[in-house]
Amino acid sequence: MGIESADEVHDRTESGIPPIKRIVVNGEMPPVRVSQGEANGAPTHIAESFVIDQGAMAPAWTEERMKVESLGVRFDRKEAVKDVSIEVNSGEVLALIGPSGCGKTTLLRSLNKLVDLTPTAVRSGRIMLDGQDTDLMDDTLLRKKVGMLFQQPNPFPMSIFDNVAYGLRERGTKRPGKKELEPIVVDALERAGIWAEVSDNLSHPALSLSGGQQQRLCIARSLAVRPEVLLLDEPCSALDPISTAIIEETIVELKSEIAIVIVTHNLQQAERVADQVGFMYLGDLVEYGSVEQVFNAPMAERTKDYVRGDFG
Amino acid sequence: MVSGKSRRPIKARGSRKVRARGVWSIGDRVGLTIAWATGIFLCLVAFSVTIYLALKGVQYLNLDILISRPEAGTEQSETGGILDPMIGTLLLTILGTAIAAPIGVGIAIWLTEYGRPSLLARFVEAGIEMLVGAPSIALAIFGLLIFQNSFMAPFSFTAEGGAVFGRSFFAAGAIMSLIALPFVVGGTREALNSIPKHVREASYALGKDQASTIRRVLLPSARSGIATGTTLGMAQIIGETAVVVVLLGASLQLAPEGAIPVLDVLKGTGSTLTSYVYQNSPAGEGKAPEKAYAAAFVLLLIVIALNLFVNQISKRGRHTWG
Repeated sequence: MGIESADEVHDRTESGIPPIKRIVVNGEMPPVRVSQGEANGAPTHIAESFVIDQGAMAPAWTEERMKVESLGVRFDRKEAVKDVSIEVNSGEVLALIGPSGCGKTTLLRSLNKLVDLTPTAVRSGRIMLDGQDTDLMDDTLLRKKVGMLFQQPNPFPMSIFDNVAYGLRERGTKRPGKKELEPIVVDALERAGIWAEVSDNLSHPALSLSGGQQQRLCIARSLAVRPEVLLLDEPCSALDPISTAIIEETIVELKSEIAIVIVTHNLQQAERVADQVGFMYLGDLVEYGSVEQVFNAPMAERTKDYVRGDFG
Repeated sequence: MVSGKSRRPIKARGSRKVRARGVWSIGDRVGLTIAWATGIFLCLVAFSVTIYLALKGVQYLNLDILISRPEAGTEQSETGGILDPMIGTLLLTILGTAIAAPIGVGIAIWLTEYGRPSLLARFVEAGIEMLVGAPSIALAIFGLLIFQNSFMAPFSFTAEGGAVFGRSFFAAGAIMSLIALPFVVGGTREALNSIPKHVREASYALGKDQASTIRRVLLPSARSGIATGTTLGMAQIIGETAVVVVLLGASLQLAPEGAIPVLDVLKGTGSTLTSYVYQNSPAGEGKAPEKAYAAAFVLLLIVIALNLFVNQISKRGRHTWG
């Protein structure tokens, strides 16, 4: 495949705009390079385009989005996360695995400071987003840049359209009308892979959709605010296998545009969608590496036991 | 073959029955019998009240009673209809609900979503429980104490010489709102508590603050709970008698006070269906028992309709996540 080296691509992105990638799932399209011209005054490129086939989908290009520096989180006396440092890169999926109560969800919820909503939570260490300390950022701004998907599908009790438009409608300021929002809503629904199913009934209540559709609608709702990072907290644990497969496909398609962190109990799922894997145990990040390394040649004894299915 | 096939399930059913009989002890079976008996007794009471009132009501109720005003008279035929009490019930319900609903929803939101300082929250909770348990006559006397003050004159029926009676739709509506309040708070709180935490977090995760989350997500989700609580509160107001007698004057007709339309009625005294039933039944002056039955039947119909409405909204408006 004609993928350029990582360095070459990186040079072109010094303007700060991540390059656009094109992914063709199970297609035979040859790699092409297209210059998109000058949109919004800044050049955008299709940096690469490659064919996903037989699981060979590790992208050549990544860029650091978030950086966790010796993060510690405690609830009262209980240490949920101990001194964890990890990076979240765009262009790849980071999976956090580990047994229940190992702190992986707490780590995930620290990335958008949702953990701060728990009154007893005390956080230490630093989390950077694009080189900026998230503690110095406004919570609402951070959460627009770092979206999240939950274990249970949780559309709001309003229409499908209003659900996706929810994050775009600001309070107080002049509220954008339906006409202005429509292209963004449609685009988000398309990227979440649910447009074909709901295009005829955008005004229907979102809670009338099936569980899998609801979860994809929630993805669309997150995508509509154009996040840089998407956090997924066991997004498929309440779904059937077919919905799970569709969501996983969506995750793989999305990773070219945004950094994705997924917490999962399902090791096969981690193997299917992830590029990097972090194994957590009792609040420690025991192992962190590429998916091949963690699953095939784990360094720590604990990781070996866990990925083999001895405990967890 | 055929007989064997048909016999097997019968055998199985029989053996299960025998086992069930063995498991239940005498004490359990006596308890079960008592439970059945009390349940059936309760149904009988409810049905006989309804059927009795329905029979009497249908017998005496006619359009004429519904559209004519009550009159003073010594003969039953001279006492007119129940138009004024019906308007009184309507006005008082609207007034009481209009005060109780926004305050109750506000209290419920504060208690469930903020609840800080927690000491104050506990006091508010205790206060609401007190309102549920307080005898309405005590609340009514308290209302009289307040509305009889001279500074409350604009809201009360006043005599020529300036004496403030403390009686008006305003006064009764204010105290009625206290009676409805716990139901609004309870219904709203229950609805808010049933919304999973992750739904709130989903809103926060989209960069929304608590205020817009409450306004755009939580309140719409709690809509049916709010409606249920409010309707139950309305039923309480409609069924209340003591407050009407003490604070509305339970006068025969609406007695407006002042010159401004609508406001004059609200400032004046009046009666409701409950006070009308009380005064005209044999329990009160007993001038017009037939019309009391007719009014009681209308009252019953209203309350049953409200209950059906509550069932409907709580069934239809329930959202379930995951």
